[in-house]
Amino acid sequence: MSTATASHTDNYLNHEKGIWSWLTTIDHKRIGIMYFFAIMSFFLLGGIFALLVRIELFTPGQTLGFVTPDIYNRMMTYHGAIMVFMVIVPGIPAIFGNFILPIQLGAKDVAFPRLNLASWYIFMSGAAIAAFSLFTQKVDTGWTFYTPYSISNSVSNGVIMLVMGAFVMGFSSILTGLNFIVTTHKLRAPGMTMNRIPLMVWALYATSIIQVLATPVLAITLLLLVAERTLGVGIFDPTLGGDPVLFQHFFWFYSHPAVYIMILPAMGVISELVATFSRKIIFGYTAIAYSSLAIAAVSFLVWGHHMFVSGQSEFAGVLFSFITMLVGVPTAIKLFNWISTMYKGSVRLDAPMLFAIGFMFLFTIGGLTGVFLASTGMDVHFHDTYFVVAHFHYVMVGGTLMAVMGAIIYWFPKVTGKMTSDLLGRISWVFIFTGFNVTFFPQFILGSMGMPRRYYDYLPEFTSLNQISTIGSWLIGTGFLIGLAAVIHGLIAGKVAGDNPWGGKTLEWTIPSPPTHENFEKTPTVTGGPYEYR
Amino acid sequence: MTWLNLITATSFMPVQASEVAKNVDNLYIFLLVSSLISFVILIGGMTWFIFKYRRKTDTDKTAYITHNTLAEFLWSFIPLVIMIVIFWWGWVIFADLRKVHDKGDIEIHVTARQWQWTFKYANGVTVVSPNATEKLDTLFQPNGIYVPVGKTIRLVMTSQDVLHSFFVPAFRNKMDAIPGRYTTFTFTPTEKGDFIVYCTEFCGTSHSNMLSAIRVVDSETYDKWYAAAGNAGSAKLPPVELGKKLYAEKACAGCHSIDGSRLVGPSYKGLFGSVREFESGPGATADENYIRKSILQPTAQVVKGYPPAMPPYQGQLSDDEVNALIEYIKTLK
Repeated sequence: MSTATASHTDNYLNHEKGIWSWLTTIDHKRIGIMYFFAIMSFFLLGGIFALLVRIELFTPGQTLGFVTPDIYNRMMTYHGAIMVFMVIVPGIPAIFGNFILPIQLGAKDVAFPRLNLASWYIFMSGAAIAAFSLFTQKVDTGWTFYTPYSISNSVSNGVIMLVMGAFVMGFSSILTGLNFIVTTHKLRAPGMTMNRIPLMVWALYATSIIQVLATPVLAITLLLLVAERTLGVGIFDPTLGGDPVLFQHFFWFYSHPAVYIMILPAMGVISELVATFSRKIIFGYTAIAYSSLAIAAVSFLVWGHHMFVSGQSEFAGVLFSFITMLVGVPTAIKLFNWISTMYKGSVRLDAPMLFAIGFMFLFTIGGLTGVFLASTGMDVHFHDTYFVVAHFHYVMVGGTLMAVMGAIIYWFPKVTGKMTSDLLGRISWVFIFTGFNVTFFPQFILGSMGMPRRYYDYLPEFTSLNQISTIGSWLIGTGFLIGLAAVIHGLIAGKVAGDNPWGGKTLEWTIPSPPTHENFEKTPTVTGGPYEYR
Repeated sequence: MTWLNLITATSFMPVQASEVAKNVDNLYIFLLVSSLISFVILIGGMTWFIFKYRRKTDTDKTAYITHNTLAEFLWSFIPLVIMIVIFWWGWVIFADLRKVHDKGDIEIHVTARQWQWTFKYANGVTVVSPNATEKLDTLFQPNGIYVPVGKTIRLVMTSQDVLHSFFVPAFRNKMDAIPGRYTTFTFTPTEKGDFIVYCTEFCGTSHSNMLSAIRVVDSETYDKWYAAAGNAGSAKLPPVELGKKLYAEKACAGCHSIDGSRLVGPSYKGLFGSVREFESGPGATADENYIRKSILQPTAQVVKGYPPAMPPYQGQLSDDEVNALIEYIKTLK
């Protein structure tokens, strides 16, 4: 990494030299950057699978020469598993949480720096195990590993390897969460009460609580799956008297909260972006902060809405539907607050703000269609169709990845001391935003028409909408490549940024870019809230 | 609401062919309209603020508004009320879709397996959905699934291998088929015609080809078909004929072609008397004993290049039936 900044002062990038100093670093900023490179490589891999899957669906029947139904099903599985376990779940907390959270709190590092480095190695080991199964084994269960398919002879033992990869990565998630919780409680600068911490920290804090409490359930579930497959313990296997639906209860008990592990940090990013680029105190700080906690709490009680047609009792379905509706309220509160922050503000549409606006646009559609699915009578028709595929891509990709792009450009000057090209950032946004809607909006219609998900082949009547969708996916791919170009261009030829190019008010903008090894020369004293624009 | 019906439900949603479909579509339209209004309020408001409050100078001062209790109460309370209405409406429809304990006028047992649906009527008539390689225009070959219009049909479903899910868009209903358990799918068809059945729970290689179709006819046609099919089923067939019938009914056709083309398992064409190579152990010639063992314990000797995907038929076929299948395979030179 180039360190050719204008200032010759000591910073975290040139404080120590050589690859070994990176691999053994306990500096939270360097660990954040190592996560960035790892996760972006996985994102590229998952993205290639996504494009191949879409190309295959360009026509009914076989489109690409080498893509048989089995190959397709495997690509669909790895696209999901990589994007969920290796990109979106760790994404914002591991990259930006690590880099930004201690600085926003006025701390020198996270509470347990060595544990933080260990988390990176654990994550990489898990990812390596999972990736190894990709090249050596045949797994086509989908990322949900539903029994009894995942324990049947139709699936190779590679599923054990993939599942163990997810299991190991789970530990990384738990340890990072633990680290953030302790850091937030113990390492705040003098004067920074809990009601003065930036909203990004609140979001990461709520996320960490979910990570620590829910991930162990996933770990147990995956271990039971392996035990079922290797030992035949008879918990999930119906031929041994087990209950295959029990797996779904266990699985979603983690994986529904995981949806909020993916989206809450994104909401934190958006709060920062909206305040900075509106140059205005955030509207309803308390409401945004506590709605994160409310979402985290309720997220544990809604897993059954994935199972309205699974044969669980009708009473359970109705109950889960009701609690799911309640999630809509804190989510709506956040949207209203962000929009109100712009009211009488001074709004500037730099690239990061465009991504924040894109987030709100797409997340609103994702959220509203979530209400369709939360309603039992309606969900029976939409369940497991392309409507669901469109809905969660609007939330996960439209939401989280828009925030990731916004965060990369927003904090790039802090991380590297240089600016990215605003023009490239805006072009990237135009492609991603347009392409995204072209890709996924037709899928709502496909789902309404009844096209089921995870289909290699489809009836001729679905052809034109699938073709529009595939063309859209090329636009998204182009958009991300332009985003990559913006980052590379920024590293090589970016203008010198200065300490505070956007006019931010949180603590990271008070220190040099790139930050010094220990962030602050003197521990700052905080005297007010995080967004005091007057 | 007519014009709304035209541009929304009828253009996106499949035809309404069951009693509950209309109610589902009404809720769908309500959700669409209320979502559209919410979207316009949120995103329209956002867009308006962005342009009205664009940054003009680098030293712009902004208003210092930390919160507004009344506004915040309203935008929490109003969505809550709307959500509860939607919840309640969905619940009413759900109760209609899930008449679990109601006895239907007609009960049909449905068994799912990779990648075929088998329907068994009370008089023993068995109809199997076509094999996984065939397409929509052949969904009624050789037999169709008939039900009468206006009667309540109750499907009692289970699965022999993995999870499947029975979905008929035109009936707006869907239910998983689960091994080791029975689930029910109740519907009252209101329209005559052919309606597609999809499998919506991922179930392996040919998941997307696990199609079937239900033909809704008037009561007289149904009664005639039911009686005729019942008689045809009871006649004693010669072994080769019985084998041919079992090939379709017992889902062999989903994985084994009879024309030499490659499906999930080896083709039956030219199988008898050929030399088989296995993934492990020495090879063997495909004689009667080999075929019998392959049917009853398929994973014992897996042919090279094929996945060990076949479920055992031990206990599911009588000796007569196994013999009939062997006789049928012999004819496929």
